[in-house]
Order: sequence, then C-alpha cells, then structure tokens
Amino acid sequence: MRFIFKTDYEDDIRLLPHSGYIWTYGTLLVLLALAPFMFSSYIMSQIVFVCIYATVGVGLLILSGFTGQASLGHAAFLAIGAYTAGYLQQYDVPFPVYFLGAGLLTGAVGALVGFPALRLQGIYLVIATISFAFIVEEILARWESVTHGNEGMRVKTLSLFGAAIPRDSASFYYLCLGFLILIIVGTLNLMRSPTGRAFIAIRDSETAARSMGVNVALYKVKAFAISAAITGFAGVLFAHKMTFISPEMFTLQLSIEFIIVILIGGTFSLHGAVLGAIFLVMIDPFLTYLKDDMPGIIAGVAATFGASKATASNIQSNVAAFASANGLKGAIYGVIIMVFVLFEPLGLYGRWLKIKLFFQLFPLYKRATFKRQKIYVKSERNR
Amino acid sequence: MLDFVQQLVSGIALGCVYGLIALGFVLIYKATEVVNFAQGDLMMMGGFFGFTFIAMLGFNYWLGFACAVLAMALFGMLAERVVVRPILGYPQFSIIMVTIGLGYFLRSMAGIIWGTDDLKIDTPFSTGVLRLGSLVLAYDKLSVIAATVILCTLLYLFFNRTTLGTAMRASSENMLAAYYMGIPVKRVVSIVWAISAAVAGTAGVLLAPITFVHSNVGLVLGLKAFPAAVLGGFGSIPGALVGGVLIGVIESMAGFYLPQGWKDVAPYVVLLAVLLLKPEGLFGLHVRKKV
Repeated sequence: MRFIFKTDYEDDIRLLPHSGYIWTYGTLLVLLALAPFMFSSYIMSQIVFVCIYATVGVGLLILSGFTGQASLGHAAFLAIGAYTAGYLQQYDVPFPVYFLGAGLLTGAVGALVGFPALRLQGIYLVIATISFAFIVEEILARWESVTHGNEGMRVKTLSLFGAAIPRDSASFYYLCLGFLILIIVGTLNLMRSPTGRAFIAIRDSETAARSMGVNVALYKVKAFAISAAITGFAGVLFAHKMTFISPEMFTLQLSIEFIIVILIGGTFSLHGAVLGAIFLVMIDPFLTYLKDDMPGIIAGVAATFGASKATASNIQSNVAAFASANGLKGAIYGVIIMVFVLFEPLGLYGRWLKIKLFFQLFPLYKRATFKRQKIYVKSERNR
Repeated sequence: MLDFVQQLVSGIALGCVYGLIALGFVLIYKATEVVNFAQGDLMMMGGFFGFTFIAMLGFNYWLGFACAVLAMALFGMLAERVVVRPILGYPQFSIIMVTIGLGYFLRSMAGIIWGTDDLKIDTPFSTGVLRLGSLVLAYDKLSVIAATVILCTLLYLFFNRTTLGTAMRASSENMLAAYYMGIPVKRVVSIVWAISAAVAGTAGVLLAPITFVHSNVGLVLGLKAFPAAVLGGFGSIPGALVGGVLIGVIESMAGFYLPQGWKDVAPYVVLLAVLLLKPEGLFGLHVRKKV
C-alpha cells in the first residue's frame, strides 16, 4: 500500500498525486489515441457519443454533484447549444466562432435560470428546471423562423479552418475526445480553486458556507452558468454528430438520461461522468444483442436441460417477443435507476473504490466504511 | 360571454382532473416529505386495473371500481415496501430518482402487458350531458368534479381530525421525534402510500372515459399536476384542489384566447412565476429554519 506524505497545501491539491497516475492515465490516453485504428466505425460512433454524454455529465456534476443543485432541465441547455450552432452555421459563421458563441449564450441562459433558482431548493428546484425545459422545448417547436419548428433543422458538416470533418471521421472523434479532456482538466482545476471549494461548501451546508463568508447567490449563479456553458458546448458537438436536430430530441427523457449518467457513474467524482456515459451508451447495443441473440441462447440452454424441441422453440419465440417489446428500454432504464439508488448509491466509481480499498486493506475491510448516513430528523420543508 | 363561461366550466372540469392527481402528490408529500414522480403512472395503473376488472373480467362497474381501487392500494403498499422504504431517511433526491425509475418501469410494463392501444371502459357516465341553460357539461366530467371534491373533503378531515392523520403530519415534520413518541413511522408511510395509490386508482378509473387508458396517459397528466400541486402549496390538500382548478382554467383560457402553443406552456409559465414570487404556494406554510 502506498502512503502519500503531504507536507504542504501544494501537495494536497496536486492533479497527479503520484507517479502511478501518470502511468495509468498515460496508457489510457495512448489507447484512446489509437482507438480509431482498432475499432469498427460503429464502435467509434458509440465512443463519440460517450464523449459527448460524458461532457454533459461533467457539466451536470458541477451543478448537481458538487454544488448540490439538482437539475432536470439539462436537455434544454443542450438544445440551446445545438440550435445556436445550427442557426449560426446557416450564415457561414466559422466553427470556432459559433462553438464559442453557443457556449457563451447557453452559459448566459444558465445564469438567467440560476437567478430564480436562488430562492428554490430541493424538489422545487427540480420542478422549476423541468418547467424551464418544457418552455424551451415549446419555444423550439414554435419559433419557426429560427428553429424551423417541428420539421427540425439540418446541420451541415463541420468544417474547421477549411477542412471538412465528417461526423464519423477519426478527426471528429479526436475533436470530441480532446474537448472532453479539456473540460475534465478544466473542471479538476476549477474544483481545487476557491470557486470549487465554495461550490462544495454550498452543497454541504448552505448556512455554514454563508457564515464563512461565501457569497452563496453569486456562486450558485456561477455554478449554473458554468454547467450550462459546458452543456451548450456539448450541444454543438451533439448537433454535428446527429446532423439533424428537432425539438422532440430534447425532451425530459434526455434530461433524465443525463441524470442517469451521473447517478450510475457516481455523483462525487468526475470519473463518474465518464463511467456513467459508457454505461448509458452501452444500453442500446445491449438491447440489440438481447433482441438478436438472447432468444436463441436461452432456447439452446433449455434444450440442453432436456426440453423438447417444441418447448425450446416456444421459449425462443416468447423470449424474442419479450425482448423486442416496444417499451423494454424504458423498463430497463427504470430498473437501472432503482437498483443503483437502492443498492449502489455511490455508483460505478464508488464500487471501484470499494474494490480497491478491499484489496488494499485485505483482511481488514469493513463494509460500513462507505455506508451512507440516514437523516431522519431534518425536514427539508423548513430550510 | 357564453364562450367565456363555457371555457371556465370546461377549465374547472379539466382542473379537477389535475387536482385529483395533485392530491396524490400532496398526500405523500404531507406525510413523508417525498415527492412521488410516479404518481401519474400509478393513476395509469389504476386505469388498467379498472379495465381488467370491468372490461376483461366483466364485473359490474361499481364492483370493478372498488376492486381496482383496492388493488391499487395494495400495489401502492408493495411499491412502498420494495423501493421507498429502503431509502427512507436518505436525501430527497434519491427518492425522487427512485420514483422516476418506478414510473419508467410501470409505463413500459403496462405497455408490454396490456398493449399500446387506447383502451376504453364503459361507465354509467360515458354518455349523456347535463344542460344548464345553454351550458353543456358531460356526465363523465361531472363525475370527476364530484369525486375530487368528495375526496378532498374526506382527506382533509382525515388529516386534521383523526389520530392517524395527526401521526402522519408528525412523522413528516420529524421522523425521529415521531418515532420516539410511539408513532409506528414505517406503517404510517406504508398506509399513506396505500391511500395515495388508491386516490390515483380512483382518478385512473374515473378518467378512463375521458382520456382513455394507455400507458403514457400518466406521464402527460402527472407532469401537468405538478404546477397544480406547487400552486396550491405542496403540503395542502385544499391547495391541490384550488391549484388544480386554477391551472385547468388557465390552460383552457390560454387555449381559447392566446395564440396556438400557449395552451401547453401556460401552466409551466404560471408555475415558474409562482415559484419566483411565492415559492410556498397559495396555501403553503412558510417556515424558516432556526440555525
């Protein structure tokens, strides 16, 4: 087991506490750089989605995970970013300009949402962000001169400094990956700066933060703006990846998917956003697999256990019917959310930490180490 | 003028639908400080149970209605036992997420079990209208208004006049203290989920002739019931009714007098305005925390 001996504050806030980090993250980086040469274009496309979802996840983590302000309206921020890109692109605005413009505009909208949110807490904030997202969705559907309404909007191929970057090229992947890494490093730096400390203080106790001199209103608005801006940037990439955007893509369902990303990954660390994004994007290929291969496999297993041929084919068709039922994806989402909240509240990254600690402390690991505290006393009504 | 009155009346009828669903939110919030995002989906389940008993098994309407409500009460208890009790006492957001998950699960399971077609239940109120001068009001909507008012009154009396109701209010304010006072908090939570699911079941069966029974009905109506509950003050039973009626009237007026598109947004605009100006709602309690 490695002990890190810290002698001053600089040691404590290092991004890479010891050499092991350089090796692991270096290897990961090399593997990611080589990915386009190793995987099929389908998998690469999924990885690009992982990058985009993870970027949104990082944005949402800053707001919900680190500042403690729940939001079920991030699909609206993504939509604003995507539509800004689509709109400005019609006027031949170069990519860097509309990329920055989309982020800034979304950040400004986020700050505007943050002001009313100052007075709201808990459930009220959740409901307010949901309503905000509904209103944005309706505006997108109705403001036809800008958004083309429900017909949707085509997004042209991204061109950067005169070179076209099609959505399934390796360059597009590098762009998304590079942006994700930039955002992650930026967020890591933000979280070890006074601003980040203030965010965490607000999450842990707003009253305590205020009495320590943290300007709660200012930092909450900042958290909203930063989170929205990151989501807006991701929206530009999302628009280019989809090549077509329409209001029904940015519904409450998408906001919930973003929450699922950080919930599954773990809400206390940036690792969570990436792990959660991988998990969420994997659900679709998994469902396809379930539809195509599972019935045959289950029937085969049944046959080996002595079921007659008729029963086996019966089982096969039943399983196939179940697996291809329309709503199955919803059921899987529901079960995943419930299982993670009930049994794995710290998410995938929390599970990884538990496994790591188990081996580090080998015979001495206590299950209670990660146990959450129950709070029966606090009424959130009179905060 | 007649248009206005007709819009007002149909708005009130629509509002009672929202009020009935909001009542379910309010009950659970009042007793446990949990917001049940699956409330609309519980209502949808109630509709499907009603369909099963009345249309599939051929029960008499009132018997089928009673069976559906009873089945929903048991279902509510089951849901509480399986997904809510393990996280009792954890932050609110965990419980919100669990109920969102529950809603997803119920929606898609209902779609798989009962199919995705619109189903219909024949009720004694399905046909016929009440005419008051030149005003027209269908019996099925009248039944919803009556049920909402009756349920609101009963539940209001229940919460304010009975021991169990007082116990529920106590356990929402401070679970630990309620437990020390000898209130069986877990059973109280379980009962309130049963009541809330039964209210949702009533709503589901009553709405069946109006909205039909399909798996997404709860999502749409459930999200509209939020503004109603917030407008009325989240913890107030009469507030749910008043909030629901206000939202219903606003929606129907916006649909009639404002340009297209406002109808769906108006409730949420009102909601945001209420949250900004008076977050505790019309009937809510305003309490400050002592540090």
